Amino acid sequence: MSFDPDLRDLYQNVILDHHKKPRNFHKVADANRSAEGYNPLCGDKVSVYVKMEGDLIKDIGFVGSGCAISTAAASMMTESLKGKTRAQADALFEQFHEFVTRAVEAEGEKGRRGEGENEGDVRLGKLAAFGGVREFPIRIKCATLPWHTLQAALKGKDTTVSTE
Amino acid sequence: MVQTLTNKRGAKSAARSFDVERVRADFPILKEKVHGKPLVYLDNAATTQKPQTVIDAILRYYTSECANVHRGVHVLSERATLDYEGARNKVRRFLNAELDREIIFVRGATEGINLVAASYGRKFVHAGDEILITALEHHSNIVPWQLLCESQAAHLRVVPIDDRGEVMLEEFDRLLGPRTRLVAVAHVSNSLGTVVPLSHIISSAHQIGVPVLVDGAQATAHFPIDVRALDADFYVLSGHKMFGPTGIGVLYGKARLLEQMPPYQGGGDMIRTVSFEKTTYNDLPYRFEAGTPHVEGVIGLGAAVDYLMSVDLGAAAVYEQELLRYGTEALSKVPGLRLIGTASEKAGVLSFILDGIHPHDIGTILDREGIAIRAGHHCAMPVMQRFNVPATARASLALYNTHEDIDALVRGLVRVREVFA
Repeated sequence: MSFDPDLRDLYQNVILDHHKKPRNFHKVADANRSAEGYNPLCGDKVSVYVKMEGDLIKDIGFVGSGCAISTAAASMMTESLKGKTRAQADALFEQFHEFVTRAVEAEGEKGRRGEGENEGDVRLGKLAAFGGVREFPIRIKCATLPWHTLQAALKGKDTTVSTE
Repeated sequence: MVQTLTNKRGAKSAARSFDVERVRADFPILKEKVHGKPLVYLDNAATTQKPQTVIDAILRYYTSECANVHRGVHVLSERATLDYEGARNKVRRFLNAELDREIIFVRGATEGINLVAASYGRKFVHAGDEILITALEHHSNIVPWQLLCESQAAHLRVVPIDDRGEVMLEEFDRLLGPRTRLVAVAHVSNSLGTVVPLSHIISSAHQIGVPVLVDGAQATAHFPIDVRALDADFYVLSGHKMFGPTGIGVLYGKARLLEQMPPYQGGGDMIRTVSFEKTTYNDLPYRFEAGTPHVEGVIGLGAAVDYLMSVDLGAAAVYEQELLRYGTEALSKVPGLRLIGTASEKAGVLSFILDGIHPHDIGTILDREGIAIRAGHHCAMPVMQRFNVPATARASLALYNTHEDIDALVRGLVRVREVFA
């Protein structure tokens, strides 16, 4: 069966795999930061739990219910951030956000931005699988919801983040 | 009404007399392609498409009679006023209301409910009183009452629904009591498709002198409405959900009740005389239509009503019931699919979930097949909680949908399962 190539890009195997078997899908018992994210458009909910040790993300997990994109985004976010510093997490968030929201035409410039920034030198790696959402503007929020929620947790905002 | 129309023998002959291909030809958008595929529009509970006659009526207003209404001495204003008030008369006949002045133009069903909550509610609902709604309401028939209850120190009571999505009438009877000041209930649930048994609800409420507001937003496109036969005290509708433009709707109210109600908004047209000492208000319906109205919306709604009356909504209802039955059966055969909302009497809505696949993903994949559905909580978060789902996918029908549309949906769902295989 041949699929629409844009759909194939959106639902890449790595995303489907993280959707089916989300990693770090649990509360972190001794978390000292947490926040809840919500997308009122589709009802996606995600809670992100972080255990910070000094400047280091010692442990990170999430629970919630959402679409394949938001679940995989949360799962892969936790994988890529465990053991990273706060500054690295911020830099990766910025890179990821720019990557998924960038206009498709600008793709040629991929990776140019962020180079040379001291602590921003974290590669997107597997997270590049989310490039497919750019063809589906309404789904970008699904991919960024866990990241916005993490930002809120790290900033210590004890509120619900909304995509709207 | 629906019940009588779905009698088997009557159903077959009426379904035969309904020519869906002729109806489809009236809606230019149905010729559109989406992602290179023919559009299969199954999001009618969100908004319905517009027939050419509605589009033409709006165009005509702007090309040959654009003027303000109720003001000018010139010919354009005269034409516009004639069409505007003509539409009120059409809506009156469409709902089988008694008087033109019982038809108030508002922005939509939501504003109609807010108007009643703000005007009737603040005058007649006091501390300790109760407003009774049901668990299948749209947010627009929940939040205005919560606001009212907050301002008046009154209480909101909610009649539960059962696992099929039917209002539990024995609970309704129990909750309806001496403190109840108003019952507000949907005619058709937007998220489940349940047709609410209004005759029981309205007659029980009337027995103890309690008025009933009916939210007809999801009903008017599907079967004929008769507010006098229903004996509804208030009935609200949205133009865009019945083949008319957005931004226009109707509050029907019994004149006896509307006359007792204070103005909702102040401004032009709703006054008789204004001085800084004292303002006197206009008569019905203008008392509730402050400011320059949505003239082209009203004219477009009038054209939509003309269209519905020309189509034979009774035959369309029978056709749609058959389509709903076909869709229910076809969807039930999709592996892993669970229908949410299986009331014995339904209209227009097929809400469902697919095992392990979020409705949002279903919606995205179907869209690539040219199929438009809605995914989400449908502005009915309490309904989602009741069925313990975060969201559903919803295919919703209108009189221009076909059996082929349902087949396309089923094929699309097979594809969804393949993507997630």
